[in-house]
Amino acid sequence: MMYGFSFHRPKSLAEAADVFARADDPTYVSGGHSLLPTMKSRLAAPSDLIALTHLPELQGITRDGDRVIIGAAQTHASVASAALVQDALPALAQLAGSIGDMQVRHRGTIGGSLANNDPAADYPSAVLALGATIVTSTREIHADDYFDGMFATALELGEIITAIAFPIPKSAGYAKMRNPASRYALAASFVAKTEDAVRVAITGAGSDGVFRWSAAEKALGASFDSAALAGLALSADDMLGDMHADASYRAHLAAICTQRAVDNQGRLTLL
Amino acid sequence: MRQLAITVNGEVRTADVEDRTLLVEFLREGLGLTGTHVGCDTTQCGACTVIMDGQAVKSCTVLAVMAEGAEVRTIEGLADGDRLHPLQDAFSRHHALQCGFCTPGMIMASLDVIERHGADLDAQTVRHELEGNLCRCTGYHNIVKAVLDAAGRGSPR
Repeated sequence: MMYGFSFHRPKSLAEAADVFARADDPTYVSGGHSLLPTMKSRLAAPSDLIALTHLPELQGITRDGDRVIIGAAQTHASVASAALVQDALPALAQLAGSIGDMQVRHRGTIGGSLANNDPAADYPSAVLALGATIVTSTREIHADDYFDGMFATALELGEIITAIAFPIPKSAGYAKMRNPASRYALAASFVAKTEDAVRVAITGAGSDGVFRWSAAEKALGASFDSAALAGLALSADDMLGDMHADASYRAHLAAICTQRAVDNQGRLTLL
Repeated sequence: MRQLAITVNGEVRTADVEDRTLLVEFLREGLGLTGTHVGCDTTQCGACTVIMDGQAVKSCTVLAVMAEGAEVRTIEGLADGDRLHPLQDAFSRHHALQCGFCTPGMIMASLDVIERHGADLDAQTVRHELEGNLCRCTGYHNIVKAVLDAAGRGSPR
């Protein structure tokens, strides 16, 4: 059983921040599908849980010119099934539909996933490769400035993600090799092609969390073809290694995923 | 402790809970609805699946207070008296269970799958969407047959 805590359901973003500021050791909770299991195993014991998913400021999926704006409280299932996302960013919709399982997708949210920044989470790769903007209760943060290592982000204490703004690329693809038991990514690559650049972001593999593979970006920028990746390799020194996949295997998988993501733009590829 | 009200199987039900009480504990210990099972208690096995505001969720990973004011459906709400729900009937006819421990969660998840996909349902979709429900007996084959049958999608009796 979890340690005790006080649960709050604020009515507005301002009230949420106010409760946070006055509490002893608070944390925000969205879908709770990372936080509650962590609390059940007693690896976290916040004094106060402040619920965010019902807040009006965090809702909605809209298109604003050449951007798709997704409210932080949108569940993975709602992103996966949104026609607007399926049309403008099919790889992102299919990525969302590949997170966890059906029940998890009904509760977990995009904002929660990004605030947590699990090194094996799917969304960070899409946010980084697409050069998205994280909109918070106080400012806007570009993806390049947001991710700060495993489970770490640029968010200040008490800051709340309200939305994520994704620029619509010319095309994008996501390829993932899943752990057959946990279904978390052992390695995954999101490749986005815009008018003037290619961005490649790898999740699941890096020892410092999600990262851009700049050598691959350069090669694909010159020739957008998986053959352009021949001879490029990631260093095992920068990869995670565990009983499921050692570092050199993850480095290899990340490269294979990148090739597949290039070959299969416009969709998710599961290896 | 506080008194919490949740609509369960169409009736407003109340029980005393702590903020840390899980939805599954509210159902089993607060209301005595023990059809919803706790398998892994780590969001993996799906035995605790219930429908909350129209969506299948794992009730071991939802706080009871998060479900305040919600509409929850559990396995106890499916049968009409002695008459089994079509999904329960299909599970029985297709031998889609052996020990039966996963069955309530399997059926509640399947109910969501059928309600969302209707006539478009196919075996691949059933398998994908039941990924969060583990069965250690059947090998899943008869579960998929039962779900397709209950959805009106073939599988001869």
